[in-house]
Amino acid sequence: MTVDLHFDPIRLPPECAKLREEVRAFLTEEIAAGTFDPHRPDDGEGYNRAFSRRVGAKGWIGMTWPKRYGGHDRSQLERYVVTEEFRVANAPSHLHFVADRQSGPVLLKYAPEHIKQDILPRICRGELCFAIGMSEPGSGSDLFAAKTKAAKIDGGWRINGSKIWTTSAQVADYMLALFRTSPPSKDNRRHGLTQFLVNMKTPGITVNPIYQMTGKAGFNEVVFEDAFVPDDHVLGEIDGASKQATSELAYERSGPERFLDTFYVLLELIRVAGPEPDLRCAEGLGRLVAQLHTLRRMSVSVAGMLQAGQEPVVEGSIVKDLGTVWEQKLPGRVRDLAAFLESEIVNRATLEDQLAYATTIAPKLTIQGGTTEILRGIIARGMGLR
Amino acid sequence: MADDKIHIVTEAATRILADLADPQTINRADNDAWKEPLWQALSAAGLPLAWVPERLGGSGGTLTDGFAILSVAGRFALAAPLAETLAAGWLLARGDLTAPPTRMTLAPVRPRDRIVIDADGKLNGHATGVPFARESEHIAVLATDGKQQHIALVETVQCRLGESRNLAGDPANVVTFERVRPLRSAPAPRGFDQTSLMLMGSIVRSVETAGAMETILSLSVAYANERVAFERRIGKFQAVQQNLARLAGETAAAVAIAGSAVDAAAQTEIFDEGMFLEAASAKIRTAEAAAEGAAIAHQVFGAIGFTQEHILHRFTLRLLSWRDDFGSESYWAAELGKLVARRGADDFWPLVASR
Repeated sequence: MTVDLHFDPIRLPPECAKLREEVRAFLTEEIAAGTFDPHRPDDGEGYNRAFSRRVGAKGWIGMTWPKRYGGHDRSQLERYVVTEEFRVANAPSHLHFVADRQSGPVLLKYAPEHIKQDILPRICRGELCFAIGMSEPGSGSDLFAAKTKAAKIDGGWRINGSKIWTTSAQVADYMLALFRTSPPSKDNRRHGLTQFLVNMKTPGITVNPIYQMTGKAGFNEVVFEDAFVPDDHVLGEIDGASKQATSELAYERSGPERFLDTFYVLLELIRVAGPEPDLRCAEGLGRLVAQLHTLRRMSVSVAGMLQAGQEPVVEGSIVKDLGTVWEQKLPGRVRDLAAFLESEIVNRATLEDQLAYATTIAPKLTIQGGTTEILRGIIARGMGLR
Repeated sequence: MADDKIHIVTEAATRILADLADPQTINRADNDAWKEPLWQALSAAGLPLAWVPERLGGSGGTLTDGFAILSVAGRFALAAPLAETLAAGWLLARGDLTAPPTRMTLAPVRPRDRIVIDADGKLNGHATGVPFARESEHIAVLATDGKQQHIALVETVQCRLGESRNLAGDPANVVTFERVRPLRSAPAPRGFDQTSLMLMGSIVRSVETAGAMETILSLSVAYANERVAFERRIGKFQAVQQNLARLAGETAAAVAIAGSAVDAAAQTEIFDEGMFLEAASAKIRTAEAAAEGAAIAHQVFGAIGFTQEHILHRFTLRLLSWRDDFGSESYWAAELGKLVARRGADDFWPLVASR
């Protein structure tokens, strides 16, 4: 058999250049106003409701969604430009980003009309933060082992159980969660899960912070005790959520956020190295640039496929695998290359701080949103190996 | 329309190579008798001179047509100077020089080799690692007179050739020019220099590399699905699956970046900083993919893939050899790193985002 991998050389269309200028001008103003510091990586991981509303007012959330839901009918490639410029500038987009990337598209596809009318415009205005409720104690990568139960009651469902490692749950307005509505069937262990929209203000939901090795509470345990979710909050087919997961994954896995998470250390290396770095640094820098350029060209190509209505699951997984491994190794590579630079201690202070931060967060990059091993399993399946 | 034409070119090249340069058949052959009929067929189809306009003796294909041919050549790990003849024709066309209907190669193919054209119009100097020089009737040369670049066509017999071969056993000769009078020569276009030639050569090798990577991926996946050990097909083992997924990733990177560089070259004749980023990145990243990918493919095949009898080495050894032509990945990485450093941190992302 022949393995066919498609990465057409998609170029961003001309309208993207103007948009990029607008985005850069906006971010420059925000930096000048002190909203965030482009050199402080933890700023980029922040939640800033006022900022997200200003981003929404610019029309940069839900860009690809239909106008009737508050969207802007723009292309995946235009959205790509906004996403990458925000990442590179280290702008705090955690509040709206998950809703923009994956929750909104799921709602567009599966939510009842009145829910779409209610929620999607608020996402687009930058008012809503979404969390993703997939992992549970005892079921992380093995999504289909989820046990948190949704029991049918009059007018809706009663939820009991817990989700874990849930990013943003402490600030989220809503969660898209997988709950068990039936036991797995004998011939299909993926059967029996249903996707729900959950209002985080629902009585019976408790969010407990989990402190990460960085010292911060970056994710949470979310406990459900007789929490009520109404019938119209069911998304898609009851017991059939596993069939709905694939397109979401293609969106989730191939964007610029999958290789730009530690970009700031590369930028700072270029700054510290100056116009005439030694040969060792120049050579190492050149490799990193070539690798980054390649990842970006692959990622743009997948955005082009999404725009064309395809579901490039294997290609998206490849981008995430290569991208997250790269961004994870980047701090170590930059540290090596900076080792013999003759820069003043003051010049290096920012780089040292950034390296400390990037090195500490690096382990999560190949775990969150699908581990390396899971991704490679998907790629292997795509090639007919399993 | 353009896509249809590429498809036709790809089909024609694939048919000829499958008939006359099948890796399995060639690997068993104990002489080079297969080479002549192959070259006749390629020439009859107008493939070797695709980058030469009809008025200069070629078949007048587009840049994209030629790269489609090279992608096929890569998929077969072709041991004949098709890429070299294409590139030589392209170089001659830069100088508006007529191309001969023969096997050609080009010089220099290393960034630091220099060939000089003297006041009498004769060539001096030497070029190392010139691919297939021993199997070529003519060499297209880029030479400098100290101020200006010239493009020249010489007969190979006028030069002194070394005996070296690359890892895969293909000729890769030192070519020495001692007062060699070219058959014809012309000044290179303004702005065209040895870096331009190295960048174009880098895209050529990147495209071949991507093609060969596609083949080793397909061969490896097919083998893993067939070979049984511990009472299971080895492709069922997660350790093997993970390796093959990595090979797919490296192949995808090579295919994507080579395709990007081809697209960039097809859009412009000017070798500016954007083009430099595309071509240098293609050479660096495909060479890295070649090293990673060849190692994984051999690991999948185990001992049988290490034999003369098996065709895997035809691909892996060429993948590894091509890294050295037209500037190694280390060379281009240093040059690209210097470029980025010179532009400074604030101009770095705008360069990347402009592509």
